[in-house]
Amino acid sequence: RDGTVRYTTNTNGGPLFVYVKDGRIVRTTPIDLQRDDAASWTIHARGRRFSPRRIATVSPHALALRSMVDAKNRLLYPMKRVDFDPNGQRNPHTRGISGYERISWEEALDIVSAEIKRMKREHGPGAIAIYHSSHHQWGNVGYYLSALQRFGNLIGYTRVHLNPDSWEGWYWGAQHHYGNSMRLGTPGGYGLVEDCLKECEQIVFWSSDPETTSGCYAGFEGTERRLWAKELGIDFIHIDPHYNPTAQLLGGRWMPLRPGSDSALALAIMNVWVNENLYDHDYVATRTTGFEEWRAYLLGETDGVAKTPEWQEAETGVAAREVRALARRWAARKTYLAAGGGGQGLGGAGRNPTGTQWARSMILLMAMQGWGKPGINFGNLQAATPLDMTFYFPGYAEGGISGDLHWTAAAISNYNRMPHVLSMNPIKQMIPRQKLADAIIDGHSTGYSWDGVSLEAQFVPFHYPLPGHSRVHMLYRYGASSFGTMANSQRMVEAYRHESLEFVVNQSIWHEGETLFADIILPACTMLERWDIGEWAGAGAYGHHIQEQLNHRMIVMQHKCIEPLGESKSDYQIFLEILQRLGLGAVFSEGCSELDWCKRVFDSSDLPNHISWQAFLKKGYFVVPPASEAQREPAYFRWFAEDRPKDVPEPLPLPSQYADTFGKGLQTPSGKLEFVSQTLRRAGEDNPERQALNHYLSSPEGPAAGERFERYPLQLLSSHPRYSFHTYSDGKGSFIDDLGDHRILKQGYHYWPLRISPQDAAARGIGQHDLVRVFNERGAVLCAADITPLIAPGILKAFESSAVYDPIADGKGGTIDRGGCVNLLTSPRPIVKGSSGMASSSCLVQLEKWMETSACPV
Amino acid sequence: MKKWNLIIDVDRCHNCGNCVLTNQDEHVGNTFHGYTAPQPRHDGAWIRIRSRAEGQPPMVATAHLPTLCNHCDNAPCVAAGRGAVVKRQDGIVIFDPQLAKGRKDLVDACPYGAVHWNAELELPQIWIFDAHLLDQGWHQPRCVQACPTGAMQAVQLTDAEMQEQVKQDQLQVLQPELRTQPRVYYRHLTSYTHCFIGGSLFTGEQCHSECVAGARVRLSRDGHTLGETHSDDFGDFRFSGLARNSGRYRLDIEHAATCPVSLDVELREASVYMGALR
Ligand SMILES: Nc1nc2c(c(=O)[nH]1)N[C@H]1C(S)=C(S)[C@@H](COP(=O)(O)OP(=O)(O)OC[C@H]3O[C@@H](n4cnc5c(=O)[nH]c(N)nc54)[C@H](O)[C@@H]3O)O[C@H]1N2
Ligand SMILES: Nc1nc2c(c(=O)[nH]1)N[C@H]1C(S)=C(S)[C@@H](COP(=O)(O)OP(=O)(O)OC[C@H]3O[C@@H](n4cnc5c(=O)[nH]c(N)nc54)[C@H](O)[C@@H]3O)O[C@H]1N2
Ligand code: SF4
Ligand code: SF4
Ligand code: SF4
Ligand SMILES: [Ca+2]
Ligand SMILES: [Ca+2]
Ligand SMILES: [Mo+4]
Repeated sequence: RDGTVRYTTNTNGGPLFVYVKDGRIVRTTPIDLQRDDAASWTIHARGRRFSPRRIATVSPHALALRSMVDAKNRLLYPMKRVDFDPNGQRNPHTRGISGYERISWEEALDIVSAEIKRMKREHGPGAIAIYHSSHHQWGNVGYYLSALQRFGNLIGYTRVHLNPDSWEGWYWGAQHHYGNSMRLGTPGGYGLVEDCLKECEQIVFWSSDPETTSGCYAGFEGTERRLWAKELGIDFIHIDPHYNPTAQLLGGRWMPLRPGSDSALALAIMNVWVNENLYDHDYVATRTTGFEEWRAYLLGETDGVAKTPEWQEAETGVAAREVRALARRWAARKTYLAAGGGGQGLGGAGRNPTGTQWARSMILLMAMQGWGKPGINFGNLQAATPLDMTFYFPGYAEGGISGDLHWTAAAISNYNRMPHVLSMNPIKQMIPRQKLADAIIDGHSTGYSWDGVSLEAQFVPFHYPLPGHSRVHMLYRYGASSFGTMANSQRMVEAYRHESLEFVVNQSIWHEGETLFADIILPACTMLERWDIGEWAGAGAYGHHIQEQLNHRMIVMQHKCIEPLGESKSDYQIFLEILQRLGLGAVFSEGCSELDWCKRVFDSSDLPNHISWQAFLKKGYFVVPPASEAQREPAYFRWFAEDRPKDVPEPLPLPSQYADTFGKGLQTPSGKLEFVSQTLRRAGEDNPERQALNHYLSSPEGPAAGERFERYPLQLLSSHPRYSFHTYSDGKGSFIDDLGDHRILKQGYHYWPLRISPQDAAARGIGQHDLVRVFNERGAVLCAADITPLIAPGILKAFESSAVYDPIADGKGGTIDRGGCVNLLTSPRPIVKGSSGMASSSCLVQLEKWMETSACPV
Repeated sequence: MKKWNLIIDVDRCHNCGNCVLTNQDEHVGNTFHGYTAPQPRHDGAWIRIRSRAEGQPPMVATAHLPTLCNHCDNAPCVAAGRGAVVKRQDGIVIFDPQLAKGRKDLVDACPYGAVHWNAELELPQIWIFDAHLLDQGWHQPRCVQACPTGAMQAVQLTDAEMQEQVKQDQLQVLQPELRTQPRVYYRHLTSYTHCFIGGSLFTGEQCHSECVAGARVRLSRDGHTLGETHSDDFGDFRFSGLARNSGRYRLDIEHAATCPVSLDVELREASVYMGALR
């Protein structure tokens, strides 16, 4: 009515309408469902009817999208570092320092394609490494697992292998007690919103803040359901060093504890259950193995130390009597354990040096209380609404247009349903992402796979370099988030300047911390400037059916709403034009434009049975009708609790992985929940950090660090940012910069907030919003202090994922980052020996008030 | 005639920022002729959240208070505006983007600090209830649509109907003593304005203590009982909704297993968590 045209798009935080006028985005809004959209489900519980609001709720980072498109840091032209000459001096040592000059696309693409050819000729297989981050703008065509993977396979590359960053403790630990390797060790969820609303009496949130992280991708879909739980009088407990926003909204008992000490608390709860006879004997007897050995450990019979509430007090700081109160209450009520933000996995506690212990303990707690019985399960009402999961639409992890059957989940359905030319990377050389800097600097590295195919896949090491293969001499960096998100990211500076790196190209949308370490910068566009298609929260593969976090399943056409800004191009187009210079253009595109590929994705799905391509293009989205009541999935794990064949639509374990009859029991060797893990025992007892029995070991980033703890006596949490999606939508002048809990404006600069207790602030003479130097032996970061009683003394909380890396002179001959990349300070140590997991969500630091005059820009 | 009102439930606001962001999305860089000029990109937000956090671990309380123009019926800004600020029939107040140019005095005219000075355009600006959208047939302003908790609700009622709802739901306005007659109402406002006294009860010695559940705790002043509660499984008790700086209170704690205890406590600026009490 106001002359705007209304398009649709999809984000990591929910779908949006995009209103455009004269080639300019006017506004973006959540999508209110219309009467002709499919009906919503209803759950009947405790005499009430619950049906969700008819709107697709969105996260704050989704609402910042407009300001990201025209962000001040948009890359608008191809650029070359001024002192980089591909035919002469390359000057790797000035990366990150020297400036850039604008060049034509012609010149940029010629340089990149010539370097690709030169690498193959002069160095051989493996010389080119492709390095992307974990997340991407939404869509099945443009996603890194799609177009980038296809591009990479066509040039051949050393894979920078990601670690299971979201799932570390679950993958490297928890799965060994019960299976679910295909979910990377996290429990699944079906039917649990209904079970929880009907049966549950108490929810224990343990490292779980769904009001911040929304599980993942799910807007605020779970919020309304948790408010129902509150109305029903379900009790809440929050075990977290921070009184997080979920606790703030729902209320309930807060139990702050030392980061990384969680397993001590869990052991003490189990100790009380044994001593006071408060566990489910029948379940333990029939559904589990190894309890006698575990019981002996809890009681101290094996090591002389009983894991009592008194014992844990020194580790956690939680009063013993409170642990007893919690243990008794837990046993007396049907309890849901919300482990991590998703309720069934994730959680910052699983991403620190004791993360495997924590996740393992979560499984063992539930094994003692009858996991799967009515009202007893994992969850926080974030997951498992009664949607219809039989409707097929590919998730992003199904590889989109990649044609890659090995490193995506394309082989399961996507490849059959959307026949397209296969692609494959013949180079087996891999570098673990967390060791990329070491591999470049030292010339070698060892990693362990993120591979959910079996419980044992993770035990097999891979080495770099592989015999006969080249070291990496060219880095194709896609995105620019490393400083904000990688553990001990300070190391990347040296790596980028290493002389063995002859060429660095960065393909990004924005100038972010890392972009300026490239020789050539290729400007990509946002998804609003190109075509794509995707299902909201539809991940696929390891994220099987996680759309059941939503109240309505929505498949969204991601319209090209405006033309690419400046000279930026879609990633797809950039790849195509490089490959054309290698004679591979047609193999890459199959003659298809991005819109053609969207149509092929559409046709491969169940959408054509319900809506025509034309109607879908015009309307922009489709709501999948929910399952009928009769069709709803039963509650997760009920089949296991009742020793029946599996009855939820989860294609795991693989047929060969059932120890007994197909469909009965778990993936473990015994087919049962194992208090003492046989897969870990078989893998060797020589790993003191990960024994078959979940021994308690204090965090090396805590008081047990001894002398280091004296120097760096504060434990810094770096958990996921509430308002941005990792680096996405942080910095760059986005709307989110103005939220006082995201960045703090001081003297014209938006600083990264550091939450600190009044006691710790007073001890250091720090006032509200004072600038503070946070440091340890690994680096230094400038933050603005946010003094609050919501964080326990001795603990600090900042978010990981600053998109701004902005080192300035610290006045002492070193540098300090005033962008807020606290991952400069985190530990590079793997989560356990023999893994590639990161352990960065808490680390030791010291803090001092920053004397502003000593800073000057480098 | 039906007019617009906004109702904000303080207990439902968890500071997600969506209301602030939608308003930036709607107004940064966008001109709506006759309604408003653009909001500045930074530091000029028309919706702002004020937050409080008090108490001590593990007993704390937080409250978030979204603030914006109250669209007062007896608005000092309208009076001061001399035509530059108009009250529409539907209750919405509009600062005319032409006539209000240069009128920095209007920033001070508002006792709520709801008028923001746009230095670049030399304009006083307020949250306009998204009148431009309502006039096109939208059913609610954008902040309400994007609020995930239902903390914000826009209602179109006659003044009489609204007053009925105010009574029924015990709604409050900010600083009623100013007599500006705001059209923005708050539910559970005392969660922000008031504070609590709480503590945690236990028995036993240092090396083996137990939380005291079910103790009767009475709060009184000058012999008048103000409230009574029972400690929970963790021994916690809490009295909320107490006025700041309200002075001395007495707590009487009784439980079968222990001797009765009486304690005096003084409430100043902020909530008091008395810690673990034996
Ligand atoms: N200390 C600490 N560190 C952590 C964590 C923690 O809890 N604590 N959490 C970890 C977890 S779980 C995760 S998932 C990781 C996330 O860490 P990352 O995956 O590194 O972070 P993102 O911000 O998602 O990075 C995405 C990058 O890709 C770019 N990008 C996005 N879309 C496109 C596109 O369409 N085209 C191009 N060319 N580029 C694009 C973005 O601009 C950005 O630079 O962080 C991990 N790091
Ligand atoms: N807004 C937003 N949402 C996101 C993301 C984002 O970047 N922004 N990222 C998405 C991704 S990729 C993921 S993996 C998920 C992550 O979701 P989660 O892993 O659940 O999120 P975290 O913030 O790491 O941790 C949740 C809580 O754990 C607490 N915590 C940290 N360390 C400890 C500890 O040692 N013990 C205990 N008990 N608690 C601890 C933190 O204070 C925090 O409140 O979120 C997803 N959702
Ligand atoms: S809140 Fe201030 S600006 Fe808004 S109507 Fe009232 S007096 Fe005027
Ligand atoms: S959108 Fe709602 S919950 Fe979020 S900050 Fe605004 S009022 Fe509070
Ligand atoms: S050691 Fe035992 S007897 Fe002595 S004070 Fe402690 S609880 Fe009482
Ligand atoms: Ca379903
Ligand atoms: Ca509150
Ligand atoms: Mo993650």
